[in-house]
Amino acid sequence: MASQAKERRTQDTGPDTDEVLTADVLVIGGGLVGGTLACGLAQHGISVLVAERDDPAGWMSNAYDGRASAVALGCQKVLDALGIWRHMGEACQPIDDIRIADKNAPLSMHYHRHEAGDEPMGYMAENLVTRRAIQTRLGELEHATLLAPVEVIGTTRDAHGVEATLADGRRLRARLLVAADGRRSPTRETAGIGTKGWRYNQDAIVVTVEHEAPHNGTAIEHFLPAGPFATLPLTGNRSSIVWCETPAWTKDLIALPDDRFKAEFMARFGDHFGDVRFVGPRFSYPLSLQVADRYTDHRLVLVGDAAHGMHPVAGQGMNYGLRDVAVLVEELVRAHRLGLDVGAPDVLRRYGQLRPVDNAVMLAATDGIVRLFSNDWQPLRLARTAGLAVVDKMGPLKKLFMRHAMGTVGVIGGVPRLMQGRAL
Amino acid sequence: MSAAPASNAPASSAVDAELAKFAAMADTWWDPDGPFKPLHTFNPTRLTYIRDNAAERFGRDIGQRHPFAGLRLLDIGCGGGLLCEPMARMGFDVTGIDATEKNTKIAAVHAEQSGLDIAYRCATPETLVAEGRTFDVVLTMEVVEHVADVDAFLHSCGALVAPGGLLIGATLNRTAKAFALAKVGAEYVLRWLPRGTHDWKKFVKPSEFAAGLRAGGLAVDGFAGMTFNPLARTWSLTRDLDVNYMIAAHKPA
Repeated sequence: MASQAKERRTQDTGPDTDEVLTADVLVIGGGLVGGTLACGLAQHGISVLVAERDDPAGWMSNAYDGRASAVALGCQKVLDALGIWRHMGEACQPIDDIRIADKNAPLSMHYHRHEAGDEPMGYMAENLVTRRAIQTRLGELEHATLLAPVEVIGTTRDAHGVEATLADGRRLRARLLVAADGRRSPTRETAGIGTKGWRYNQDAIVVTVEHEAPHNGTAIEHFLPAGPFATLPLTGNRSSIVWCETPAWTKDLIALPDDRFKAEFMARFGDHFGDVRFVGPRFSYPLSLQVADRYTDHRLVLVGDAAHGMHPVAGQGMNYGLRDVAVLVEELVRAHRLGLDVGAPDVLRRYGQLRPVDNAVMLAATDGIVRLFSNDWQPLRLARTAGLAVVDKMGPLKKLFMRHAMGTVGVIGGVPRLMQGRAL
Repeated sequence: MSAAPASNAPASSAVDAELAKFAAMADTWWDPDGPFKPLHTFNPTRLTYIRDNAAERFGRDIGQRHPFAGLRLLDIGCGGGLLCEPMARMGFDVTGIDATEKNTKIAAVHAEQSGLDIAYRCATPETLVAEGRTFDVVLTMEVVEHVADVDAFLHSCGALVAPGGLLIGATLNRTAKAFALAKVGAEYVLRWLPRGTHDWKKFVKPSEFAAGLRAGGLAVDGFAGMTFNPLARTWSLTRDLDVNYMIAAHKPA
């Protein structure tokens, strides 16, 4: 109920309003990363306005976003500490087992949760489940206001604060502007911050399937010459499929009639889960690597996809966005509790120095994996199969890889407190 | 250059020009990489000490949005407002005084720009004592080493603390190490501060600071040192009182 009451709809006010809303922080974009950041700030007494373009009513429909995201253990702790996980945990599937296979080679690397500890390595969370949980949590927080759907038509930043103007005439004022508005972030573009990167010769088809046999919490990544084909476990006998193909072929595949699409799918998926039924629509997404030239500017911070976008091969896109959140919340809360201006350059400095480096490590890793596996050159294929088999046999190295992926070690600048499940 | 242009100019434009001048000076005060950089770098350490002592004395939870709501705070020697603004954000009802009118004008302009309600006055502690004012928290940070009569000054500071209230002071110790670091190092070698900022002979020993406060009816709670780590370029709270140190005291209820 609280979320309903605090959600301001554009239709509530006329187009020529001179209403001004003020908070400490203004977040543009109320998606997975921007929404989580807003929860983290508001929970610690920092007032926040979230301007979201889309209507939350649409988040109730599976047609909005068919993707599911891997939530590494360290990031699950962040969502838990910020009061979001309790609204979504039951709808998330623990990942107990990860198998990696190369083309038609036998399963050549195998991670099991017991090799790295008692907890699962992470969870699969459907993006819509996470969005709704964030929306519910925002509604519980006194210092958070979600404005949706609203259109931001301009932002200005000066020495003392930032201001955004909405299409309905309202103005939003804060001390810090956060760009959480995705890969093509208009906020980033308005600020004149460029990006570097490249488009992969792959698109991802994302579908959800229901299958006869249980998946037992196993995630399977199968490297095919055109790109990876990932089977990611969801609750019940369901899996989320991320299927990478060349952009031209993807377009043709998506348009196929049901029976022919299923035949193409089964040729890659195999029959080890019995018969398969598609749940919900087919989606396709272009794949690219992109990194912003800098993560901070005067009274501006970039987070999540606005700062960095990577290939989904390692399932780390959302996780690295949540790492941004964990570090930024910690820095801003420390400053806020000393009464400092949360938009001051010295407050943003650490985030601006640390996050690009930590993200670059994973961007480079995902790019390397994609280049290493997405081809069919025989010598390279033999070498990588041997490599996977060697790592599989080396306990300590494998354990380190696992813990790194889980986000419990190896965060540049130290593992943030929220990722350790500790209070601020 | 007779008076004609000035008398023809609307009064408000003269005020605007005056404000613009102070706004420009405020930008300088508040630039973390500007001439007041040393104050900005050690501000978080000072703020931590003040906040934690106040939270303990008044039983406040620093996790709250405005933990010190309802408490009055006086900052003596407020300068451009580098302490007053954080204190106002933490919920204190803040008064800032400074002996230099330029400073209080700069501070007032900046507080307005920051959307903070802070009462700034060009006044001495003695003026406020004469008015019978008292405050829950009195700050006198980096001031006592510049005053002519330390004991009289501390007596006035103490008189401004309400019963049950807190006083936090900060200054430089009169030691050889302080002479080397704070005088020669900061003014001549590192050029953090303009030459002549400090007169080493006027630095105040912790025992003298404590004695001055006790004479004014305060009870001393403790001291903390502030030490600069040149590699990390950060300040931290230590037990070393040889150079920069702070003192906490309270007035028994």
